[in-house]
Amino acid sequence: MNGNGQSWDADRALARIRELEHLPGALLPILHALQDEFGYIDKAAIEPVAEALNISHAEVHGVITFYHDFRRTPPGRHILRMCRAEACQSMGCEGMIRHVEDRLGVKLGETAEDGSFTLEPVFCLGNCALSPAIMLDGKLFGRVSSQVADFLIDDVRGRP
Amino acid sequence: MSFKIYIPGDAAALSVGAERVAKAMAEQIVTRHLDATVVRNGSRGMFWLEPLVEVETSRGRVAYGPVSADSVPSLFEAGFLEGNAHELCLGPTEEIPYLKQQERLTFARCGITDPLSLSDYISHGGYRGLEKAIQLTPEAIVDEVTNSGLRGRGGAGFPTGIKWRTVLKTNNDIKYIVCNADEGDSGTYADRMIMEGDPFVLIEGMTIAGFAVGATQGYVYVRSEYPHAFRALRRAIAIAYEKGYLGVNVAGTGKIFDLEARLGAGAYICGEETSLLESLEGKRGQVRYKPPLPAIEGLFGKPTVINNVISLATVPIILDKGASYYRDLGMGKSRGTLTIQLAGNVKHGGLVEKAFGITLRQAIYDFGGGTASGRPLRAVQVGGPLGAYLPESLLDTPLDYEAFAAVKGMVGHGGIVIFDDTVDMAHQARFAMEFCAIESCGKCTPCRIGSTRGVEVIDRIIENRDRAGNLELLDDLCELLTDGSLCALGGLIPYPVQSALRHFPEDFAKPSPSHAIHPAEKVQEKQPWR
Repeated sequence: MNGNGQSWDADRALARIRELEHLPGALLPILHALQDEFGYIDKAAIEPVAEALNISHAEVHGVITFYHDFRRTPPGRHILRMCRAEACQSMGCEGMIRHVEDRLGVKLGETAEDGSFTLEPVFCLGNCALSPAIMLDGKLFGRVSSQVADFLIDDVRGRP
Repeated sequence: MSFKIYIPGDAAALSVGAERVAKAMAEQIVTRHLDATVVRNGSRGMFWLEPLVEVETSRGRVAYGPVSADSVPSLFEAGFLEGNAHELCLGPTEEIPYLKQQERLTFARCGITDPLSLSDYISHGGYRGLEKAIQLTPEAIVDEVTNSGLRGRGGAGFPTGIKWRTVLKTNNDIKYIVCNADEGDSGTYADRMIMEGDPFVLIEGMTIAGFAVGATQGYVYVRSEYPHAFRALRRAIAIAYEKGYLGVNVAGTGKIFDLEARLGAGAYICGEETSLLESLEGKRGQVRYKPPLPAIEGLFGKPTVINNVISLATVPIILDKGASYYRDLGMGKSRGTLTIQLAGNVKHGGLVEKAFGITLRQAIYDFGGGTASGRPLRAVQVGGPLGAYLPESLLDTPLDYEAFAAVKGMVGHGGIVIFDDTVDMAHQARFAMEFCAIESCGKCTPCRIGSTRGVEVIDRIIENRDRAGNLELLDDLCELLTDGSLCALGGLIPYPVQSALRHFPEDFAKPSPSHAIHPAEKVQEKQPWR
């Protein structure tokens, strides 16, 4: 989910574009593929994508910026998505989010300075009977408390 | 003696440790030299009991839950493989009242079968609907769906058969079936459960839709927040191709039906059908003007059936058992079953498939067991973030499209989010506007600008600045949003806001802003991630 951690590579990007450009409505699949590969979509992707699909740079830029998923800067090593929708609110997600924000020293939507975590808000992970829910590096967790969140954060950091 | 153990592979079950349980079970099987197979089934939808482990016994399946990895050795020692007593034993699964009192039609197989076993699917009644459909003319298939009374389960409740008939009547070589699996409403997870727990039923439903209207290509648009469901569905589609249930010769009929699952990218608005179509075409998910209806000019400008997961997954059983079987359940103009999803602050959260007509109170108390916190219930939001907040006094409202409309609410996709008495309804009203501001596609002004103004006005009400004047302004703004928005996002966001005001005015009348919103939650500062 976080990409392979390698920096932007024009050849690899082009290879991913070539694999998918034949699809009808290929733009979203291509952008997903690029983000899977690099963890974000570099500005340098706009030109080859626009060329492959015969659309304008503005259209590609517009799509990248429209969708919450697409990142334009590299994320942290771990991505923590915290649900802030109603079902999780009813089980106190807001307090937990503030706790995690304080703990990591970042707000939702930001990446920690040391590059360890990116904290992202999400509206519903479909785990509403087991609220509050979070997703850590693509893995879903339910009935999460501040303590559980601390444990999971320490766990992926490789600390006791 | 060979044993069969069922451990859900459903994302919610995994979120509370089903994978660790499966690992511990596998270890025990090896250490004890047992002849046992583990099936990763879907969830039965009783989430407070997850991970819910079942074993096949001579008395039928026996359930244990919630099972933790630590409790696994003791289960083996107690002889759970024979269904023996243990403190976690729940008895025969089918006898658990929560399940026994349901009418599971769409979810008939979910949690019972191996989701990725086509032979399991077929031996549990799968592909019988398609078999019937193959013998019928396209008109007759559409008639069957129309006569069943099935209405769109995505939330709008539009009759499915009428949509299909419109597409059938269009004269075009290329038509599409699109499944809306952008289940963005908080409090809902039925679509996810089907895609993970019984994906072939969705594939079958879409194939029938294709045969009915003359479409040969289908797309499922799955929200990216559901990576697990997306993988499960993709695998199921690959299996269906392999076994000849998709492709150029579907089930030996010589008919073509191709299907592809596509991933959304985190935009609530893409649950709106025209916005979803734009997104599938590779564009910004902006709402289209209607007309033309998608049934006339939909995906890539071609006639398109676009239905919710549950609508399409209900089609096979309607074809199999006949329209009247389905129509005979329900009340008024709401026929068949509703897949109720109990969520939020609820003791027994889970999926309840029931004929339309049970009351909110029955759903929340008879099934849900009241709040999880044990505190008094104060409000319920039905139908997602655009649904009304209802007070305790309206809990006797039956779950029925028209009955909900009468109390200025909506059934929507069937999600019920429960709040206890700690909820601050002014805060919830503000959140509704904030959500709309974040998720607005930006095409129409009332929604794009009105939602941000709405947050500001509610902030002033909360802060007790010219409260009377701002309450009037908010009313005016809500009227504008209702009448002037292009789609349901802006058009319905007044529902949660005005219902909160109507039913919980005391929360907007607190003297001091002691409960003022945390500065970090100001909407302007929330925008950078857009």
